Amino acid sequence: MSANVAAAARAAPSSDETPAISVKDLRKCFGDHEVLKGISLEAHKGDVISILGSSGSGKSTMLRCINLLETPDSGEVRVDGELIQMKRGRDGHQMPADIRQVERIRANLAMVFQSFNLWSHMTVLENLVAAPTHVLKRPRAECLEQAEALLKRVGIWERRNYYPPHMSGGQQQRAAIARALAMNPKVMLFDEPTSALDPELVGEVLRVMRSLAEEGRTMLVVTHEMGFARDVSSKVMFLHKGEVDSAGDPKEMFARPPTPQFKQFIANFNK
Amino acid sequence: MEFLNDLKDQVWTAYELLAAGWGVQLLWGIAWTLAVTVVSMMIGAVLGSLVAAAKLSHRGGLRFIGESYTTVFRGEPELLIIYLFYYGGTQVLTGVARSTGSIGSADILNMPSFLGGVLAVGIISGAYQAEVFRGSFLAIHRGELEAARAYGMSPWLRFRLVIMPQVLRLAVPGLGNVWQLTIKDSALISVTGVAELMLTANKAARSTHHSLLFYTLAGILYLVMTSISTPIFDRAERYTSRSFTRPK
Ligand SMILES: Nc1ncnc2c1ncn2[C@@H]1O[C@H](COP(=O)(O)OP(=O)(O)O)[C@@H](O)[C@H]1O
Repeated sequence: MSANVAAAARAAPSSDETPAISVKDLRKCFGDHEVLKGISLEAHKGDVISILGSSGSGKSTMLRCINLLETPDSGEVRVDGELIQMKRGRDGHQMPADIRQVERIRANLAMVFQSFNLWSHMTVLENLVAAPTHVLKRPRAECLEQAEALLKRVGIWERRNYYPPHMSGGQQQRAAIARALAMNPKVMLFDEPTSALDPELVGEVLRVMRSLAEEGRTMLVVTHEMGFARDVSSKVMFLHKGEVDSAGDPKEMFARPPTPQFKQFIANFNK
Repeated sequence: MEFLNDLKDQVWTAYELLAAGWGVQLLWGIAWTLAVTVVSMMIGAVLGSLVAAAKLSHRGGLRFIGESYTTVFRGEPELLIIYLFYYGGTQVLTGVARSTGSIGSADILNMPSFLGGVLAVGIISGAYQAEVFRGSFLAIHRGELEAARAYGMSPWLRFRLVIMPQVLRLAVPGLGNVWQLTIKDSALISVTGVAELMLTANKAARSTHHSLLFYTLAGILYLVMTSISTPIFDRAERYTSRSFTRPK
């Protein structure tokens, strides 16, 4: 794609026809192990897509290929219509053609991690303003104001001057979600956000995520929370051995599992 | 009683010698020792961070250079390296100056002794600091680096906002040890003629024939310098690791 076309794609207004995320035929190997065998996905504005699958099916890898934390071997990723440019490196592997573009797109795709990954040497408030001020170059006062509002929203404003290691897992994850929101992201990527939490702390994080879904945020959520997938998400995608086994409306999928694999998968969960 | 009288005499002699000018000289010696140590630590910090980065690099060539640096400069006797820099440096400087005709063919251009000394001690200090920085970098939680990437930070921003503050925090105790080593190494550069504490004590011992007195005194002064650094680095460590130890 020429630079002109790329510029045009960037300038295109994000109408409802332009998917917020569009992934085509994504492939990724780790050594000989083919983890993603041609995954495609489209998320429109306001979609909440739950990505399910047993452990090792490639869910996290797929999510991490979207913001280029992992480099896909082939396939294309578009964010709001803009194609992430790739090139072949000297060793024949694919790599990002323009790291500036990748950084700019990453800033639009705020990620929430399983192990929170808050910056431990910064207070919660500092965690929330670091990227908006330095990456998005927004005025600090404005960022601080927004950060405080977000912390109130996720219910940990009193902890704004705490360092992450002094908070519970649930509080840290809510802070991490607030950090993601502070980027005003186009799409939020959740990588098993409740899997590292003690069971009694899962609820407070899910409540925040549900409220985000209700206000129309576009979210891709890798999760093992069947309740969230069924009741909150607008679409469910089930990965099996690196392929999209089935996808569709959550209520439908859970009421009438379209494939034996998905049926088996939810049966295992209900045990 | 005999012994006490003897001791009294000794103390009196010591007082006389110190008051006669050796005291001031020793104070200057301390000042030079601290200057050598601080400058060497700074040279070592620059070299150490570059070498640590090389050792952590993806490129085999850089890694090899980094590994070689730390292996050589930790494995060789410090004195050898100081001789190498001072006398070797003098030879190189003289050769260059003679060939450009800036000095006569029989003249010698000496390596400035302070410069030669701090370069040598700084390079050694750098080898130890490189190990400290490398260990600190590896102790950073990988997920925090990944989060910095995921939030669109450039390599420079990641270094400035996440890597550097955490490396410094984790490096403080290790740097305290390197500081002690560097103070001790600074004594070796007395061979180049820098009037630091070791050289001053040596001079005093020889010209007054009170070796026991002056070497003991110098020993005590070195001990004071290495041991007051411990509480200072402890405080620094408590400050820099406040996010891990006590709630605010
Ligand atoms: N960085 C990596 N290097 C090698 N193998 C990896 C790496 N990341 C993931 N894998 C492998 O890829 C497979 C899919 O992993 P992942 O995407 O984490 O699955 P899921 O999220 O569905 O549990 C697993 O077999 C895992 O061992």
